[in-house]
Amino acid sequence: MQNADICCDCHRSTIIGQRDFTMQQQELIPHLFRTEFTKITSVLCKLFGIEHIEIAEDIAGETFLTALETWTYKGIPENPVAWLYTVAKNKAKNYFQRNAVFTQKIAKQLLQAENENPEIDIDLSEKNITDSQLQMLFALCHPSIPAEAQIGLSLRILCGFGIDEIANAFLTNKETINKRLFRAKEKLRTEHVKIEFPDITEIPKRLETVLTTLYLLFNEGYYSESQDSIVREDLCLEAMRLTYLLAENKQTNLPEVNALLSLMCFHASRFPARKNANGEIILYQDQDETLWDEELITKGMYFLNEASKGNTITKYHIEAGIAFWHTKKSDTKQKWLAILQLYNELLIIEYSPIAALNRTYALSKANSKEEAITEAEKLNLTDNHFYFTLLGELYKSVDNKKAKMNFEKALALAKTKADKQVIQANIDKFEVNG
Amino acid sequence: MKDFLLIFRSEYKEVPQRTEEEAKAITKKWMDWVGGIAAQNKLTDRGNRLFNTGKVLKSGNVVTNGPYTEIKESIGGYTMIKVGSYEEAIEVAKGCPILSVGGNVEIREVSPM
Repeated sequence: MQNADICCDCHRSTIIGQRDFTMQQQELIPHLFRTEFTKITSVLCKLFGIEHIEIAEDIAGETFLTALETWTYKGIPENPVAWLYTVAKNKAKNYFQRNAVFTQKIAKQLLQAENENPEIDIDLSEKNITDSQLQMLFALCHPSIPAEAQIGLSLRILCGFGIDEIANAFLTNKETINKRLFRAKEKLRTEHVKIEFPDITEIPKRLETVLTTLYLLFNEGYYSESQDSIVREDLCLEAMRLTYLLAENKQTNLPEVNALLSLMCFHASRFPARKNANGEIILYQDQDETLWDEELITKGMYFLNEASKGNTITKYHIEAGIAFWHTKKSDTKQKWLAILQLYNELLIIEYSPIAALNRTYALSKANSKEEAITEAEKLNLTDNHFYFTLLGELYKSVDNKKAKMNFEKALALAKTKADKQVIQANIDKFEVNG
Repeated sequence: MKDFLLIFRSEYKEVPQRTEEEAKAITKKWMDWVGGIAAQNKLTDRGNRLFNTGKVLKSGNVVTNGPYTEIKESIGGYTMIKVGSYEEAIEVAKGCPILSVGGNVEIREVSPM
């Protein structure tokens, strides 16, 4: 059986090379791959059970291989999605017939469940697709699966990413990702994870893991060190799409889901302003705020409002609040006083080095540089280049010699080209000014 | 890392009428201090403030208004921190806003049960 990856891997390179395809078609197919692959996989997997996840992936993959072969010569059908679903259904049925073991074990049960109807009903209705994807999200984000594998699996099964794209996003190779996904699937099997909605009383607890994964997925895209900006933005958009599915569903439309969605909208609003023509990162303070996406900011405010219904305050609420203040570019005292208090709250809920560093920066803006320097020295995050960048920033015009020294320490620790460029630019300013 | 309980005491007196601005400024001082502890990853539990009045139950079912009206100081709140030593705990406590109003911080290492 063809590995589903063949399809997904080629959709950026091979397909675009086909001469018969018009521009419109070139854009359509990768889009279909991404959206429909995940839908077909989720529906089939829900039908077969998680232990047959590979069969579901393979059938979805083969469907696209057939599409690729057929469409290249015959052109794209009038309703490509319906075409794909029909082919997927046929392939699934063929699989039942071909594979005796599978037929005996699974198809039998399926047939019985269908009141001995010889036609196996593969329900690719919009409702069943959404339900299957949501239930799949809960299954993949099962507490027994390590976080890294949860993200990988979600990218593969729910976002339709190719193995090479996942490898690219995690800055590793395909082999590592394949191994990681294989182990995660084994775990899903051995733990007998079911593809279903958790019991209503269990939803808030299970949702925690799901939201953590979606949050990491988004961050992976937002802060990824991968050079491929398309993959990075796709990661963020997929995380947003899945979070949106949760918000659209009555049972999971909870304040923390809306808070996370709000946070994602606020961050994503800056996408158009984050890079210059050469693909280099533009820092927040240097961004052209007229490029910020007003529509996403408005959506972020809507979801933040939804998030404030009820008494729950999660770290997503606080981070959304911080992100909200960052949609206002002007450097007012009021803004920084508010951000400082939000960082205080965030750190009290959950410590993270990056929150500690950001809090200290806010402290310098809200209170004073001197106070911030005293507090920064206590953090002692000496293996973190952001720590020295912060100190460099705080010592600027207080003690330029110390400022430069700290930027130099940061440069020695920085790993990515983008970070090094930013730090070097700071050092260069001191050389020019003496 | 060991847990240390910081107990804030100050002289008991009638709470003076504070303006909203004053109350905000006091809250900000406390939040900045606790936020600073959390930023060093040394916070176990932010703790709570306590009301000035309370009851004391003594043996023989004797209940008095308390805590200890004969003692001038009363406990205003507590916070739990995690640090390596008393020296470190004292360093953390030095920033406590209670000190600027003449109060004190009692520092006690937790002896886990």
